[in-house]
This record gives sequence, C-alpha cells and structure tokens, in this order.
Amino acid sequence: MSRFARKQVSSHPSLVSDTYQHGFAFPTDDYATVFEPGLDENTVKDISHLKEEPAWMLEYRLRAYYQFLAKTMPTWGGDLSAINFDAIRYYLRPADSQVDSWDKVPSDVKTTFERLGIPQAERAALAGVKAQYDSEVVYGSLHQSLAKDGVVFLSMDEGLRRHPELVKEYFGRIIPAGDNKFAALNTAVWSGGSFIYVPPGVEVKLPLQTYFRINAENAGQFERTLIIVDEGAKVHYLEGCSAPNFSSGSLHAAVVEIVVKRGARCQYTTIQNWYKNVYNLVTKRALVEAEAEMVWTDFNMGSRLTMKYPSLILAGRGARGETLSMALAGAGQHQDTGSKAVHLAPHTSSTIISKSISKGGGRTSYRGLVNVGPKAHHSRNTVICDALLLDDQSRSDTYPTDKIFNSQVQVQHEATVSKIGDDQLFYLMSRGISEEDGRKMIVNGFIGDLVKKLPLEYAVEMNRLIDHEMEGSIG
Amino acid sequence: MSLQISHLRAKVEDTPIIRDVSLTIQPGELHALMGPNGSGKSSLALTLAGHPAYQLAEPNSTAGQPPTRLRLDGHDLLKLSPDERGRLGLFLAFQYPAEIPGVTVQNFLWQAFQARFGADQARRHFDKVIKFRDHLQQKAEQMGVNPLLLKRGLNENFSGGEKKRLEMLQLAVLEPKYAILDETDSGLDIDALQAVAAGINQVLADQRPGMLIITHYRRILDHLKPNAVHVMIDGRIARSGGAELVAELERQGYRSDHSKQDDG
Repeated sequence: MSRFARKQVSSHPSLVSDTYQHGFAFPTDDYATVFEPGLDENTVKDISHLKEEPAWMLEYRLRAYYQFLAKTMPTWGGDLSAINFDAIRYYLRPADSQVDSWDKVPSDVKTTFERLGIPQAERAALAGVKAQYDSEVVYGSLHQSLAKDGVVFLSMDEGLRRHPELVKEYFGRIIPAGDNKFAALNTAVWSGGSFIYVPPGVEVKLPLQTYFRINAENAGQFERTLIIVDEGAKVHYLEGCSAPNFSSGSLHAAVVEIVVKRGARCQYTTIQNWYKNVYNLVTKRALVEAEAEMVWTDFNMGSRLTMKYPSLILAGRGARGETLSMALAGAGQHQDTGSKAVHLAPHTSSTIISKSISKGGGRTSYRGLVNVGPKAHHSRNTVICDALLLDDQSRSDTYPTDKIFNSQVQVQHEATVSKIGDDQLFYLMSRGISEEDGRKMIVNGFIGDLVKKLPLEYAVEMNRLIDHEMEGSIG
Repeated sequence: MSLQISHLRAKVEDTPIIRDVSLTIQPGELHALMGPNGSGKSSLALTLAGHPAYQLAEPNSTAGQPPTRLRLDGHDLLKLSPDERGRLGLFLAFQYPAEIPGVTVQNFLWQAFQARFGADQARRHFDKVIKFRDHLQQKAEQMGVNPLLLKRGLNENFSGGEKKRLEMLQLAVLEPKYAILDETDSGLDIDALQAVAAGINQVLADQRPGMLIITHYRRILDHLKPNAVHVMIDGRIARSGGAELVAELERQGYRSDHSKQDDG
C-alpha cells in the first residue's frame, strides 16, 4: 500500500494484466503451413525447401544448426533454463504469399494489424512498411519515389531471391553463425525479416518500418535483417513488436546485421513490447566505416527476458556510434540490455546512454563492453547509465567492461541509481496531481531526453505505452 | 468559510512535533507564523498538506484532550490524501521545492491546473494548451519569473531564488483558497525578496486567498500587511497578536516571556 494513499488502490500484479492491450490472438486454422514443434536437421531442410532457396543457403543453415547444437546455453546473463527447444514451432506461415495491397491481406491478420494501427501509421509517417506475422512477411509497400531512386526494401526471403549476390556477400559477415547459440539458431531456421539497400547518396527522409507480430502459441520467430547503407546515404529503420497473452512462452531470436558505408548514416529504432512471457534473445551489430554514423535507439518494455546488446564496430577513421537504450521491467520481467562499442580505427567516437526503470519486483541490468583497440588512437567513448527504481522489491545492476589497448583515448563512465523520492511525489501531489499521475510524470521525465530522439508520432506512442505500463503500479 | 485548525497534534515516528495548535484563517487574511528554529513551523506546514511522515497523534481522552479538527471551508481534510487537499484549494509553497528532472514547468503546471479545476473546466477555460501557455507566460512576467524557466525541467538545477519565485508563480496560477508559504523569503537577495512580496500582495488582492506565511525575518513582513502574527515555540502557538508583535519580537527575541535570548 502506498504511504500516500488513504483510499484503496487496486493493483494488477499478475502476468495476465489488463494493461497489455495487444494480447489478443486469432486461431491458426487457416494458416498455409504450421510445423509440428521440435527441431532437427529435417526442420532446417524443410524450411529451406519451402522457400526454394539456393543450395549455399541450405548448407549455411545446416552448418549453423550443428553450431547451435554444439554451443552451450549462455549462463552469464538472464535465466534461460525454462526454454524448451522441443516445444517450439520453428515455422508458421499464415498466408500463401506476401501481398502489396492491404485489401489482399487475410482478414484475421488484417484485423490484427489494424488494431495495432499499422495502416494508419503507414499513411501518416512512413516511407515504407512491412508486416511480419509469425514466420512470414505478409504485407509490404514502399513509396514509388524511393523505388525509383533504387532503394530496396524487401523481406529477407525476397531479398535472397532478387539480390542473391548482395545477400551472399554480406549475410553472416557481421554476425557469423557461431557468434553465440541464438545467432546460430537464427541462422539455421531464419525466416522473414527485412532486406534493405540504400544506394550511394540517397537520403530516405521518412522512416521505413517493420511490424513484427507473433500470433501463435509456442511460436518461434527468427527473423533475419540485413541493412546496407551505401556511401553517403541515410536511412532510419523502425521496428515494433507485440504478441498475444498466451500462458506458455514464445521465443524470439533475431539477428540484425548492418553495414554503414563511408559517410553514411543509419538509425535503427526498436520498440519492443512483446507479451511478458516471450524470450527475446537478439543479436544486433553494425559495421561502421569511415566518417559514417550508426545510431541504435532501443526501447524494451515487453518480454519475460530480453538479452540484447546492440553493437557498434567502428571500423573506419572518424566513425561514430551511439546507443540510446531504454528498458522498463515490471513483475516477472528481466531486461538485460546494454551495448558494445568496439573501436578499431583512429578518431572514432561512441556514446552509450542507458536508462532503465524497474518496478513491481522487475529487474534491469546494464551490460556493456567498450573495447578500444591499439589502432584507435584519439578515440572517445562515453557511457552513461541511469537507473530508476520504483520500489524496494525491484532491482538494477550494472555490468560494465572496458578493454582499452591505447593510451591516447578518452573513456568516461557515469552511473546513477535513483528511487522515485517521496519528496518528489509529495511535491506533485500537493499540487493536486494523483499519485499515479505523479509517478508517470516522474518516469516520463526520466526518459524524456531519449524519447525525444524518436519521430514525433512514435514519441507520443511511447509516452502512451509507458503511461499504460505505469497504470496500477502503485505498490 | 475558513481554514480551521483546532488542537492539531502530530508526531514523527514517536516524537511529538506539533503539540497543540489551533488557528483559524479567513479568506483574504494574511497570518504570519514566526518562531525559533526547530519550533515546528515547517512541520505544521507539511502536516497541513498531508505529508505521510507526520502522523496525527490520537487525542488522550483521559487527559481531557479535545479532538483534532482540520477543515477547509467545511471539508474535513484529515480524511484526504495530499492530492485531494491540493484539488480542494490548499497550497503549500515549499521551503525546499523538489526537483523533477525532465518534466517541464509548463507541462507540470498544465497538469496541475487540470487537476485543480477538473480537466473539462480547465479546457473550457483554455481550449488549447497553447492558450494556457500564453496565460502562464503572462503570469510569469508579472511574477518576475524568467519565461525561459517554463521550458526547463521542474526546479531542475534552478537557483534557490528561481525555485522560490516559481513557487509564487504556481500560487498565482493554481489560485488556491488557502496557501501556506514556508520560508519563501529565506535565501533571497533584496530584489528577489521584493519581487516575491509584490507577488504575494498581488495574489492577495486578485484572488483573496487565506494565507499563512512562515518566516524568520521581519524583512518580508515590512512589505506585507499581516492581519495577525503568531509565535510558535516547542510545537505550540505561544503568543498571537497584531502586526505590532513583529517589532516587539525583533527587540526582545522569541522567548521574551521565558528566558531572554537573542535570535539571529
């Protein structure tokens, strides 16, 4: 009970929370293909055959599958012991093929995305949109002017069919299958995801967006994204994620590889709002060439456990990288997030800003690596981690690692942990603001400077989501 | 119609802080509360606003203690949470206003204004947020608050003087029925002091709230015209009188009745 409240305030501590508005699901009876649960060599072959892939991709998948088997579960982060690889369906195809007209999307799927506001968002503020339902991208569009400029925005499967040479050159180059167990799993059974190519000098002014939706129970979603931003080009890519409120967990293990060529800029924004029993184990990495810039804006509020550390490989002179990470963990959730910055060239700079909020017994961890190599003289790195705890049951940890192999560098690390102070709440309440609204204000203020980095529509949506999360959280 | 405090007793943990305070403030009246450090003045202010650290002491009926009453225009405040008291029109200008990083002053005040008057009524008055902001801007200039502060985080890295002036701006914008000003004058230079005093007089003239100003110093009272002056010592009102009491206190110190001592 809150110290301020003299009236009864109800709380919703259970997982089946009525504040998660994306928790609806539709039956899978009409799906074109649904695999039985479980994973073996045949599962991998079946996926590849269904997709009529070239032989090299099947070989690639199979090699990855055996790497997946050989690798042990990581034990250094969150608790992965409840994941049962045999209970997961590795491939679910809702429709026969991707369509480019909203009217042709199957009605259940369409209803889902309409409830999530996808078509409106597309009309309002996007240069292109993809919608992935379980394993496959079911809808895609791209503004004609961009297509004319040579911008490519396809599902990864289409990308492989239509640009095999580019895919073969870059696929697995930034994140090899053997990087970690879940990258290996993704490489073996990947399906969907985005393939983006922006030609030299082309600036994509509005964001490209993909919306990922898990619909089926025990589904695994293993999308694979490859973004190549050619010299001097610019793009902002956004992804949003949600899932129904099933009782048994789903697994989302994505791999995102990005190449930002000389003088180019890429911003990659994630608004992750999976239902609170999804395991979200994602590997994201960008190779940043000379004078290029990569920005990760990574917002995590859903899932049971997220382990995700978007990485910056600053490979060219003057390359810049920035990670803005926001995590919100409520009851039963663990957000183990952070970033890695690897400086390989001189005059490179990176900034990592992490803000986390823990409430209702939730746990956030910042895990970061800063590695400045021997050639990266005159490089700079700043890490700022701020954690906000909303109550005494919640937890926040910081696990920073610095490996500096050069004396001519500047590395800064700041970390703060604060609690919502009774004095702050009392001040707001004395002005007539309710305790719940007061908490929302304090939390929104805490992350305000990160939310401002989002396009306006998303910033508004983000504040709304956080308000939603904060409802009934007076404990 | 009054803010009626009778036989207020409060403790922090088990230590009695307010021993027995009774005071009635009518709309349009300005009362000054003076007294030495640690006499319970700020505790009285926080208790009135409903701070959870201050527990009301149960009356000891065998000792013949009369029950505590706290009423704002007939509403029983004792049953209400701090926000409910605020919405009824009780305002506390804090001695140490809290900093809320990232929450801009103008957004905070719009939300507080809507809470105070009801969202519908607030929107009828200012159908667009932008109109409220114009109003706020105007009030800020009137109260000597740098309008640039309105876009900054609430009290975030404000100087002591800026914080106190912002409290006065909130007082002017939220139009409370009764306001308690807790050492609003301390830590101000002469210009800021005059600006704050002018703000108080303006609000008194425009809105006629009942006010209780807690202060250590005669300085601010020279710019105001208190209807009554009270001296608090050891959790009790030891003396009450008119404005002339201020000069006497300055000559003789707070404990002139007891052992004489100077008060800085």
